Amino acid sequence: MTVSKLPLRLFAALSAAVLLAAAGPAAAEPIKVGFVYVSPIGDAGWTYQHELGRRHLEAALGDEVETSYVESVPEGADAERVIREFAAGGYDLVFTTSFGYMNPTIKVAKRFPEVAFEHATGYKRAENVGTYLARFYEGRYLTGLVAGKMTKSNTVGYVAAFPIPEVVRGINAFTIGLRSVNPAGQVKVVWVSSWYDPGKEREAAETLIAQGADVITQHTDSTAPVQAAEEKGVYAIGYHSDMSKYGPTAHLTASTHNWSGHYLASAKAVLDGSWAPQDLWGGIKDGMVELAPFGPAVPAEVRSLVEAKKAEIAAGTLHPFQGPVRDQSGALRVAEGSTLSDPDMLGFDWYVEGVLGKLPK
Amino acid sequence: MSPEVETVIAILVATLRAGTPLVFAALGELVTEKSGVLNLGIEGMMLIGAVAGFIATVLTGSPVAGVVFAMLAGTLVSLLFGFLTLTLLTNQVATGLALTIFGIGLSAFVGLGYIGTPIQGLPPLAVPLLGEIPVLGPLVFGHDPLFYLSLALFAAVAWFLARTRAGLVLRAVGESHEAAHAIGYPVIAIRYLAVMFGGAMSGLAGAYLSLVYTPQWTENMTAGRGWIALALVVFATWRPARVLLGAYLFGGITIVGLHIQAAGFEASAHLLAMLPYLATILVLVLISRDTTRIRLNAPAALGKPFHPDA
Repeated sequence: MTVSKLPLRLFAALSAAVLLAAAGPAAAEPIKVGFVYVSPIGDAGWTYQHELGRRHLEAALGDEVETSYVESVPEGADAERVIREFAAGGYDLVFTTSFGYMNPTIKVAKRFPEVAFEHATGYKRAENVGTYLARFYEGRYLTGLVAGKMTKSNTVGYVAAFPIPEVVRGINAFTIGLRSVNPAGQVKVVWVSSWYDPGKEREAAETLIAQGADVITQHTDSTAPVQAAEEKGVYAIGYHSDMSKYGPTAHLTASTHNWSGHYLASAKAVLDGSWAPQDLWGGIKDGMVELAPFGPAVPAEVRSLVEAKKAEIAAGTLHPFQGPVRDQSGALRVAEGSTLSDPDMLGFDWYVEGVLGKLPK
Repeated sequence: MSPEVETVIAILVATLRAGTPLVFAALGELVTEKSGVLNLGIEGMMLIGAVAGFIATVLTGSPVAGVVFAMLAGTLVSLLFGFLTLTLLTNQVATGLALTIFGIGLSAFVGLGYIGTPIQGLPPLAVPLLGEIPVLGPLVFGHDPLFYLSLALFAAVAWFLARTRAGLVLRAVGESHEAAHAIGYPVIAIRYLAVMFGGAMSGLAGAYLSLVYTPQWTENMTAGRGWIALALVVFATWRPARVLLGAYLFGGITIVGLHIQAAGFEASAHLLAMLPYLATILVLVLISRDTTRIRLNAPAALGKPFHPDA
């Protein structure tokens, strides 16, 4: 077919129109966001909090975003496969939500420079890999205040997973909070050598209760310690999520994580093209660390004290690790007027005064 | 009562509770293995029992119905294992491993809507008067009904294997299926029954976890106890009394480790976490080190497929 001048002009106009029309829907094409979870979602715990963030993202951005997740992904070769599938499947932003995903994330990111990756709790970054972490210790400090006000035996039980700096930091912040309102308060720690074993966590909680603890808190994933406290008639402070369902009378509060704001901000940044890798360590001020609603046993006076301290932390006038901070031997580790630096906090390998027992090394 | 005595009682009560799911699962596996069938699917069957028992309890409101359903569900999946390995003659090791993986997945899928549902678990027996006797009361009368059931089942299994004709036939099938078949015993039928018993017991072990130990359903809540039960059977050289001893030893050392930590003694948490495995294996190996007796107790036809026409 020969093309005369008139149809040619028509063709040019038409193609311009088609191009314009094509540009419209292209802009509205949703970005795809993938999430890699280390454990089942369940209804409480580490992964559940990330899932709440994902749901918030979907609800907030609607048609502009398309999300999906893979749960129970073991840290290692499987993780790399899952991350690679997201990247190769046209995903624009991938959140990898466990420490052990660090190397797989970095590895896959190298092969897919156009995809943005965000890795939770890690320390390796790249041009398209950012990291994010929450200052969980701020929530720990606040729950320590609650425990200090509520304990009558001045002994609080702490069910902990593994003696790594992250967990030790939580124990220390909790203990400092506890002793700031109750100088006689002490913390007994039991390590269960597992992030998730309901049976053993329950036994650990019962052991602590048998040894005089009347408030139980935890740095493990199951709700069994809260359940044990409820059964034995002592108080419990949850972690990760609001665990009040498992201990309606025992549950005082919980230190929880809220990733919703961060996930939304990152997705929006990818949408408008402004995303850049960052090293984010957000706390109460950023809404990343929150407290679960107080249980019925917590009196108004304690509630207002915690709220006041929370506001001080958010305003930056209070830091859980501000001097003087002493270790177990009574030696001054942080002088009056100074606060522990971030690198020191990230490498915690000593207990503060008030924690009983020796830190396993 | 002095605090020391109270602590000792707390340790003993917790020991019996921690050992009970292992007793159920290991006794079931013991009978299965004595018939010559190796079922590596305990973990999977326990999870299916746990979720079935939990769901039945939610739906009927009765933990007793939950226990019955857990046993039925365990039996049902063990029948699947039996059909594959006994009728279709698939490899027992591979099929058992597949059963575990299947059980983990199926229980997670079925239980999805029940995570976080509150239930009233099986409460401890409240024995009037007797339960209030100091020391003896909590130790002897303060447990949940399933604990007493586990002791009864232990006695029944020990008696059945050692003292009954049917037990002798079961052991004969496990020693030499050709000989048992030649005499005229229905080898496959007997093995089916043994596999089903193992399934029911694993289901019961699962129900103990989801209805008594931690009355809730969460994915993978067995946390490896099925594998420990499996190891107990081997290290106890297929003898019921040693299985019982091993289960309580394992539970006891775990509990003592927790108490040592909570009391503030200087002990490595890593070492304490390892100790139950180490001590249980060591004790069972030492008391069973007579190799002739091991050979006598180990079912000679364990894991070997049998076809009557072959």
